[in-house]
Amino acid sequence: MSFVFYILSALTVAGALAAVLLKNTVHCALALTVAFAGLALLFLDLHAQFAGFAQILVYIGAVAILVVFAILLTKGSETPKDGVFSKTWLAGLAVAAAVFAVLGWAVLQSTSRLPQDVKAPTVTVQQIGQSLVGRYVLPLEIVAVLLTAAMIGAVIIALHEKEGLQ
Amino acid sequence: MLGEGILKGMVETAKNFFGSYFSAERLTTVQYPEERIAPFEAARVFPFLVFDQENRDGGGPEWEAGMRCVACQICEKECPPKCIFIEKSKDKKLDYLGKAQYYPARFDIDISVCMSCQICVEVCPFEAIKMDTEFELSTTDRFGGLMYDREQLAKSNEYYHQIHPTEAASVDARLAEAKAKADAKATAVAIASAVKAAEIPAKPAGGGV
Amino acid sequence: MFETLDQIFVLLQHWLVGFLPLAWQSVAGVLLSVVVIIGLFPALFALTTVFERKGLGRIQNRLGPNRVGPFGFFQPVADGIKSLTKEDIVPLSADVAVHFLAPVLLVVSVFMGFAVLPMGRNMVLVDMDAGLLFYFAIGASTELSVFMAGWSSRNKYSLMGAMRAVAQMISYEVVLLLSSVTVVMIAGSLSLTKIVEAQNHYTWGLPHWYIFTPWGLAGFVMFTIAATAETNRSPFDLPEGESELVAGYHTEYSGFKFALFFLGEYLAMFSISGLGTTLFLGGWSAPFSFLTWIPSWIWFFSKLMLSIFVFIWMRGTLPRLRQDQLMNFAWKFVLPMCLLNLFVAGLWRFLGASWQRWVFCSAILILAYIGMGLGEMRRKHIGPRRYRYAE
Repeated sequence: MSFVFYILSALTVAGALAAVLLKNTVHCALALTVAFAGLALLFLDLHAQFAGFAQILVYIGAVAILVVFAILLTKGSETPKDGVFSKTWLAGLAVAAAVFAVLGWAVLQSTSRLPQDVKAPTVTVQQIGQSLVGRYVLPLEIVAVLLTAAMIGAVIIALHEKEGLQ
Repeated sequence: MLGEGILKGMVETAKNFFGSYFSAERLTTVQYPEERIAPFEAARVFPFLVFDQENRDGGGPEWEAGMRCVACQICEKECPPKCIFIEKSKDKKLDYLGKAQYYPARFDIDISVCMSCQICVEVCPFEAIKMDTEFELSTTDRFGGLMYDREQLAKSNEYYHQIHPTEAASVDARLAEAKAKADAKATAVAIASAVKAAEIPAKPAGGGV
Repeated sequence: MFETLDQIFVLLQHWLVGFLPLAWQSVAGVLLSVVVIIGLFPALFALTTVFERKGLGRIQNRLGPNRVGPFGFFQPVADGIKSLTKEDIVPLSADVAVHFLAPVLLVVSVFMGFAVLPMGRNMVLVDMDAGLLFYFAIGASTELSVFMAGWSSRNKYSLMGAMRAVAQMISYEVVLLLSSVTVVMIAGSLSLTKIVEAQNHYTWGLPHWYIFTPWGLAGFVMFTIAATAETNRSPFDLPEGESELVAGYHTEYSGFKFALFFLGEYLAMFSISGLGTTLFLGGWSAPFSFLTWIPSWIWFFSKLMLSIFVFIWMRGTLPRLRQDQLMNFAWKFVLPMCLLNLFVAGLWRFLGASWQRWVFCSAILILAYIGMGLGEMRRKHIGPRRYRYAE
């Protein structure tokens, strides 16, 4: 638990907290981007270069922009009139606490079983590439088909108003 | 083929770029005020009053004595934005034909109003007002500095020859022709009256016998 | 002697850092290089603004600025003083925090991109194994700053400019990535230093730069198109065209913040030219084997300045593309060519070193280009315009 880890995790948690507590939705989206950046830096701290850069490229470069566009194209950019918290916040808090407890127990269980002085394996990009087209080629192709289906669906949704005009 | 137009365009701009260092055709900038292009004849900016150098009526400075303007006020009436202000004089002086004419005691042109339409030049019957080509006329006085009076407007016929040579030559030819005709008429009248005056004493001398 | 000249900056850095205690030396070395980059590239930016104005002037049959300093070369000093002393106007209803952060984020992410470019032999700031991926990751965050700038100005024209800019940048980012992937495929590594070293061999005096291969030439052309679109340069400068949306997403910025946007745009141009040079033009390697005595950093910066001149040349020549023309071009022409280029690069690799691979690869690319070009040049039927509104 190094000093750098504390700083980065503080950044991530601060970003995530800001993303749920701020009033202006676009500010929330930008705070979420800070949380993504914190996560990417945590990956880099663990020497997972590919995961870290892919996180920045995909999440900050594409997902954050997608979130912001979605906020803008719907009416989400207006500040909510009834405040940020919903009426059923007690039930939500209970559910969130339960999920956190389960996840925390699972993580702590797994780390306590591992030997503490094992060095993390250095995985090069080449190894990732080889395993993607070797061992994990089926999930790769399924993900590709899923993405294609999503793109075609998006195009159809955007196009269907053309039939309305015709 | 796709992209052909782009390549042709880029060749042309490259020619422009490299040619601008060598040929004046590809670099047409004139760095005013260090370099100036030669003024051309048909340029016109604001009017000026022409005066002839020969001192006609004796007194006063040269520009006042030789001014061709006879204060007929036609240009004042024809000027579209009404930027000319003329006051006629009370006395007369002789013009180039020898006739006694009025002259302008005051002739002001407001060049902040003048639109350089040249109508005053076109209607003047006496070739007295012509268009100047001087354009570097900026001044810090917005009102008085842009109202030109008689003295500022008067420029010599020689200057007119410098700025509009062909026009000035034709004007001079016309005026000389008019003067020659007037002179010829005056000489004929003088000869006729002289002949008449010479004939009258001849008659009584012959009629006494 | 020439080896010393080649490594002179590295030796200088080692000598300067040697004055400090051992524990601080690596950090001090990196800091020194960072300071040099932060000083050098803005100076180059200042020089480029003069070159651009004078170059565009000469292309347009006129002189550029020539009053400030000898031949106008002190013009950026005058521009800098002007932008520093101008009043910084923030609109009343603008979102002040985001409005302030947008140019900062842009400049920071663009400067970070310079960290992986090899500017000479042994002259990389950080030699990462996934250097190319780092570069693209950082480049993606410039889009976010463009969006932030447009949105925080609370000006619907700025917002439209920002949306258009982001749409354009995302579309051409795909093209940029795909045309770089061919290089990664053939070089076998994401590390930029290894890519340059893979091109640093000579056959009969000629270098093995990737631009001299069919897939490399196609890739370089597409990379240049995508780079012009990523940095919002003409002919893709619709988001910031003066006659379109005043100044697009940086309408509401004045004074130093505008200067930061301007700086960010030009630095992005430098860094993407640097990347293109590294990937396709051989980075710091000399064009002929008998010219290797000239220091490597001179070659890198000459190629960089050559790319900048080509950008300026294109700006002076081409009219602006309309938004729909721009997007159609990206998705319907350049992207399919990019995918075909990937296939051709694979074919190149598997056919091994032979003359057949030159013939096949060139034939496929040329035929595809002509075929798709004919498709694009077909006379389009322009009927009555139909409008589609977002629901």
